[in-house]
Amino acid sequence: MLFTVNKSPFITGNLKSCLRYVAKCCPILLYEDGVYGAVAGSTVEPMVKEAMKNVTIYALKEDVNARGLNNLIEGIKLVDYDGFVDLVAEHNVCPWI
Amino acid sequence: MVEENIPDEQSEEDKTKFLFIMKKSPHGSTYPQEGLEVILIMAAYDQTINVLFTDDGVFCLKKGQDTKGIKVKDFSATFKVLEQYGIEHMYVDRQSLEDRGLKESDLLTGVELVDSEEMREFIREQDVILPF
Repeated sequence: MLFTVNKSPFITGNLKSCLRYVAKCCPILLYEDGVYGAVAGSTVEPMVKEAMKNVTIYALKEDVNARGLNNLIEGIKLVDYDGFVDLVAEHNVCPWI
Repeated sequence: MVEENIPDEQSEEDKTKFLFIMKKSPHGSTYPQEGLEVILIMAAYDQTINVLFTDDGVFCLKKGQDTKGIKVKDFSATFKVLEQYGIEHMYVDRQSLEDRGLKESDLLTGVELVDSEEMREFIREQDVILPF
């Protein structure tokens, strides 16, 4: 199961609640404003880092670049649109929108 | 004589597992009402359907909603009868409830309180997730 988050964690609790439901082996993809959850030094970084002990977190490169985010939490994996498609093809999707 | 070709009834294992995740408050958008309509439509197809209320979605189940003043339909009553439509379980996330100062007694009947840890495996097992 691939969980997807597309809202800023500073506006909604989506990222936080998603992390509560993610099973250990399920990856998370951050896209659109969800990529703000991948920024290093933010108030959500500790929560994201804790989750990354158990799950892989991806961020959509195009959305990261569009927002000028160049300082991401170490270990966040960037995927482009093709990688997004691969992830969706490999997993069922749980859109945490 | 015409031979009737009636397919065997689908076994439980063959049914597609649908989970509706209701995570939005009832009157801030049309999502929950539309979700409810989709649940009722899907109920006609004899598949496995469960519903999880989490985040602000737990407000959909609050007792005593009186929507006359805002001139919209009070659809909360419909959640009470979902069981009669063959919906298997209506799960409510305990943490979301507590975070919002609600207790089980504040909710409409027929729901089951669960912890998100219990739901992790359950979500993984689903074939289709529909978020509202």
